[in-house]
Amino acid sequence: MGITASSVGRNAVDSGFEIKKHGENDCTIALAGNPNVGKSTVFNALTGMNQHTGNWPGKTVAIAQGCCRTQSRNYVMVDLPGTYSLMAHSAEEEVARNFICFASPDTVIVVCDATCLERNMNLVLQTAEISKNVIVCINLMDEAKRKGIKINTTLLSERLGIPVIGVTARKKKSLAPLVAALDGIKDSSYFHINYPEPIEAAVEIIESAIPESIREKINPRWLSLRLIDSDPTLEAEIEKRIGSFSDIPELRLALSKAKAVLGKAGLLPSDICDAIAQSLISKAHEVCKDAVEISKDYSKTDRRLDRFFTSRATGYPVMVLLLLLVFWLTVTGANYPSQILSDLLFGIQDKLSELFYSLGSPEWLHDCLVLGVYRVLAWVVSVMLPPMAIFFPLFSLLEDSGYLPRVAYNLDKPFRLCNACGKQSLTMCMGFGCNAAGVVGCRIIDSPRERLLAILTNSLVPCNGRFPTLITIITVFFIGTASGFFGSFLSALALTAVIVLGVLATFAATKILSETVLKGVPSSFILELPPYRRPKIAETLIRSIFDRTLFVLGRAVAVAAPAGLVIWIFANISIGDASLLSHCADFLDPFARLIGLDGVILLAFILGFPANEIVIPIMLMAYYSLGTLPDLGTSYEIGAMLIENGWTATTAVCVILFSLMHWPCSTTLMTVKKETGSIKYTFLAAALPTAMGIIACMIAAEIGRVMGL
Amino acid sequence: MSKPIAMNNIEINATATVRKINAPEGIRRRLMDIGLTENSKIECIGKSPMGDPSAYLICGAVIAIRASDCADILVEV
Repeated sequence: MGITASSVGRNAVDSGFEIKKHGENDCTIALAGNPNVGKSTVFNALTGMNQHTGNWPGKTVAIAQGCCRTQSRNYVMVDLPGTYSLMAHSAEEEVARNFICFASPDTVIVVCDATCLERNMNLVLQTAEISKNVIVCINLMDEAKRKGIKINTTLLSERLGIPVIGVTARKKKSLAPLVAALDGIKDSSYFHINYPEPIEAAVEIIESAIPESIREKINPRWLSLRLIDSDPTLEAEIEKRIGSFSDIPELRLALSKAKAVLGKAGLLPSDICDAIAQSLISKAHEVCKDAVEISKDYSKTDRRLDRFFTSRATGYPVMVLLLLLVFWLTVTGANYPSQILSDLLFGIQDKLSELFYSLGSPEWLHDCLVLGVYRVLAWVVSVMLPPMAIFFPLFSLLEDSGYLPRVAYNLDKPFRLCNACGKQSLTMCMGFGCNAAGVVGCRIIDSPRERLLAILTNSLVPCNGRFPTLITIITVFFIGTASGFFGSFLSALALTAVIVLGVLATFAATKILSETVLKGVPSSFILELPPYRRPKIAETLIRSIFDRTLFVLGRAVAVAAPAGLVIWIFANISIGDASLLSHCADFLDPFARLIGLDGVILLAFILGFPANEIVIPIMLMAYYSLGTLPDLGTSYEIGAMLIENGWTATTAVCVILFSLMHWPCSTTLMTVKKETGSIKYTFLAAALPTAMGIIACMIAAEIGRVMGL
Repeated sequence: MSKPIAMNNIEINATATVRKINAPEGIRRRLMDIGLTENSKIECIGKSPMGDPSAYLICGAVIAIRASDCADILVEV
């Protein structure tokens, strides 16, 4: 659920290779590493920034930048998405590879996970083959220590010929040696790995034919290896960054000679890839031998937790119960603060009115600013802030603990039955925070077809902007009479049911798409399940409130203020015998009735296009201005007003269904356009959930009619 | 030495040595990146609620892999 200003704001756009240096002598430092080793934590600790972190692979999908000043120099830090290798397989791995290979960072810090160092060493070796200035930063030393893993950094450094620093990035102080290593870095030579004989011979032939102009830019030995390795995406990238070399006759000749050598040795292109990969792994093993000591049974607790969270008997029930618990805490906890905020803010409204009158301002100005703009703002803040301030941190705790990848693991089979990929559940979880962030997060899915499926169906899980709508309607209509523990428990249960419905709708939509416009067979699913980690509670609370909650609230307020004004104007400009608002509502009414809503509700959804948060405030404003109840404090009063305007239980169900399934907000659609680059798919991303919503509402309305509700 | 079997057939908590990776190109490279190479040791540590995918301990990390993706990998228990 990577929602922060940087993940959904304008910074979400890939900054590409553009480095924002402040001075001439600033150095560029790239942070590379396997997924989920704490690159972002190191990045945050070094730059003092708040790039979102979480315990699951694929959280950082684009390049982030930040500054780090030390006593001797200024650095521009670049946080790359996680990669296992530089022979890229997915879009995000390609981003990281291209940056390390072609943006010529001054230094590359390879962040490693101390608890599985040997695996991480593969990337270290590959990076050291390309770059002369590499620092190995072994993160999570505290966790390794707890698990009885001993790492000899001095020996590793000797073997690799580059600095190796052990850190615990969550403790800022432990990063001092890393900063010292950065300041003291000197050019070393490229790391040399011996490959099997025919490959070495072929490399030698090509290397000698590489002209000086290219040698300056890139390690000729590495380039030669990649040329016989024949990776088409990398070759295209090399052409783009360094220039075409297919028109250098000597090189072309050397290449065909080298291929002949390999052919004679009986090596097929795929054998060459395997041989290179195998050599890297053997070398990694050799480097770590005796330098890393692992005690047996270090992951006993994790295995026990895994049995609890993913076994046949408990896997799914625990998932639903956790969801229920999160919602229950949110609903219960949000109740009182919401009431207090509402009293406070509407109290201020009266004071504001007095102020306006005492200043002798005209009636229309008071009405338009106080009854229009201020009241909608007060509504948005009092309804949205408390649930968000509870839900976001709770979700962050789940995220930091390492549970989310287990959800993907549990749900892979059902997703595969829809010809999709279990990683889609990770993007679904991100969608709980913000659908736009969820859509960007779909980059973690390798197969383009499966990625599109995830993008197009993302808005079927309600984002944070829609939770308040759901919570309000559920509380007002279905729980109203029951109070206390029982009431909030029922609310949470109803909300969980709605979410489960959203997930089922996601499955249905995925299945429909994969049988029609996005036909294909499921590709592969390989996902790392990281160790469980005890989340840092205090920090998570503070960070998620400041980073996410206030940001989301700010966006809602920014949209709600003008919307309040527009609504007020609509309600107060009369054409003929009625206001513009009632004309619009009347116009929409016949169709809206068909799907169990009314004109005002549909209008609110349409006007809520910039941000779903404002749907309920608009609705209430509209009813209010059409003239019924004077004051709206408690949920009881809201309920009374809705019933006065003809709401029934069926209406409430239809509003919930439509809120769950309708067009995504404008930000999400713009993100879909950016991610897919296609108007057609953007249209589909809006049309599909809308169609599903209309059908679901029609059915619900019909059932309601038959049952006479 | 027992006869090699497909990786998806090893039992929970069983340890095996990888003998031959016959998986298609894309998957094979991905598996090699995470440390699954010939002669490496793996351990099956569990199955997901619906029986597939399974989780394996590979190179010190837990990796979830579908049965269909590791059916072409031969291992010796």
